[in-house]
Amino acid sequence: MTIRPNLIRPQSSHQWQDQSFRLLTLVFALAMLGLVGLMVLELLQGSWLSLLRFGWSFLTDADWDPVFENFGALPFLYGTLISSLLALSIALPVSLGIALFLTEIAPQWLYRPISFVVELLAAIPSVVYGLWGLFVLAPWVRTHLQPVLSRFFGYLPFFQGPALGVGMLSAGLILAVMITPIVTAISREVIMAVPTSQREAALALGATRWEMIRLAILPYARSGLLGAVLLGLGRALGETMAVTMVIGNRPEIAISLFAPGYSMASVIANEFSEATYALYLSALMEIGLLLFGVTMLLNFLARLMLWRLTGAVAGTRE
Amino acid sequence: MHGRRSIILLMVALLLITLTLGGCGGNSQPAKTAEPAKKSEPSQSGPLLLNGAGATFPYPLYSKWFDEYTKVNSNVRINYQSIGSGGGINQITQKTVNFGASDGPMTDEQLSKAPGEILHIPTTSGAVAVAYNLPGIQSGLKLDAATLADIYLGKIKKWNDSRLTKLNPDLKLPATDIVVVHRSDGSGTTFIFTDYLSQVSAEWKEKVGKSTSVKWPTGLGGKGNEGVAGQILQTPGGIGYVELAYALQNKIAYAQLKNQAGKFIEPSLPATTVAAAGMADKMPADLRVSIVNSPAPDAYPIVGFTWILIYKNQDDPVKGKAVVDMLWWAIHDGQKYAEPLHYARLPEQVVKLNEAKIKSINYQGKSLLSQ
Repeated sequence: MTIRPNLIRPQSSHQWQDQSFRLLTLVFALAMLGLVGLMVLELLQGSWLSLLRFGWSFLTDADWDPVFENFGALPFLYGTLISSLLALSIALPVSLGIALFLTEIAPQWLYRPISFVVELLAAIPSVVYGLWGLFVLAPWVRTHLQPVLSRFFGYLPFFQGPALGVGMLSAGLILAVMITPIVTAISREVIMAVPTSQREAALALGATRWEMIRLAILPYARSGLLGAVLLGLGRALGETMAVTMVIGNRPEIAISLFAPGYSMASVIANEFSEATYALYLSALMEIGLLLFGVTMLLNFLARLMLWRLTGAVAGTRE
Repeated sequence: MHGRRSIILLMVALLLITLTLGGCGGNSQPAKTAEPAKKSEPSQSGPLLLNGAGATFPYPLYSKWFDEYTKVNSNVRINYQSIGSGGGINQITQKTVNFGASDGPMTDEQLSKAPGEILHIPTTSGAVAVAYNLPGIQSGLKLDAATLADIYLGKIKKWNDSRLTKLNPDLKLPATDIVVVHRSDGSGTTFIFTDYLSQVSAEWKEKVGKSTSVKWPTGLGGKGNEGVAGQILQTPGGIGYVELAYALQNKIAYAQLKNQAGKFIEPSLPATTVAAAGMADKMPADLRVSIVNSPAPDAYPIVGFTWILIYKNQDDPVKGKAVVDMLWWAIHDGQKYAEPLHYARLPEQVVKLNEAKIKSINYQGKSLLSQ
């Protein structure tokens, strides 16, 4: 749109305000886009040396050796993805359960304290989670959880090896605790936004409460719930301090969840300040670029899934 | 009134935008920000500001020094940022700081990239303690170099391995697994520890090497001293290395190590100073020296210097002189602050070597030292 010259006249001050507000918000919105663009540019520039040197093998090489100047990101990629997915698979059912309980079942006097406490969990700094993970969670995992898992599920490759406490399992657990509040809070809002008429219709057809949730609420809230999952996943992918404390920081790919692993965010946090030569620094930058790429890709895939899902549903309805 | 308020709001917003964009522009050209540090401002009144950056290991001591030094010389303020040795080396190479600091000496390649000759001034030394967690054994574990290297290479896996029981005939070592713990973050402590293992084990030197971060053959990584110590304390059978200061403050059990002379020595500040003194007559002229595995009979073997990095030929007589005076103070009067903070004093011999280095710092050929 064009700004007309009479805008500055006092009598059209309302119109002027409208226009300037529009312009202002547009600038802010574009600044956001510009920021992302700048970030990609800086990351590309920073990781150029490593990109040239290692090329695609950076993604498939499992060796990370700062002394002999060979860098491969595969163990970190693996660690980030597995710990985040593990966290999500634990946190999603729990969060959904809490959200459904709060919106559909909980009496008013219980609703407020529970939602307050869940939101409080989101405000705890991640370093506190990390220290709690190292001093409380990991020992508990070592003495209680891992013996039980290896006793009953020890035939599965995921639950084998020595019980160390720290490792992929602890990282997944602590991430699950950390993303539960945000997934819960958003799921709750989304479920509350489902119209009451939807619920009443299901109940009027003789549905039980569970059927009402399954048939009327969850399909309706699907896209919002996916948004909650995405935000949770985003937090899990980028979480640094808490994961570093409990994942064991060992760049190795192991099937067992008991084994120590390493994540992309952790290796950047651990090694950036003492990276003494250019290629090393550049390789760490490339890990950052990779993390950025993985986050984008997962977001894109989730949106694609949602689009296919809603498209299919719309198709059957017509 | 309504209109005026919105105009003010708009102007504030525009101002903010200009400021942020201006900030972005400045950041994208790091080469230009390097300039101001070089320029002299002799006419300026008020304290002279010196900038330093680098190593985290000596940070508690340096911040004490720079605080005390302003009481001695009120004309100077020193701003030290503990961004890590890598950052310190980068910043001194780009001349964005007046002095850098590093826990590991610069390599020949790094020195060749610097625009001038950089001097290494050792300022203090620290020891690395080998901490362990064996229920019932609070102290007295003895280790030698080969055993320690093989534990970290993953070759000795059990506490009751015959090589360990032979070293510790009076201890009842359990049949538990050894859980090896190392630092996951890059650190000077790791540099000293891997430097030691590289010196005493040919296999370690060839397979792993020495650096602030290495590719560990085995073990778990803990973040920081607290992460390593926490991991050891939580895991029966754990072994790991931490800064001596951290082990002393937190009363963690640590091992005695057999030194080159064949004596078992507990880590301590005097044993660290002795180790540095024992290496003094063999030090290379540039003082880029490793002092692990010292031949002195009472030396603890895993110790290392930390260095301040400074250009021999200074660009600015005023700031150059201020840094030189501060360094002179630090290696003499400043040493008394070391031990209360669990750093080891420099031995007399090393102070002498440092004096010669500091005297050589010059502006256009003229020494900058006041004395």
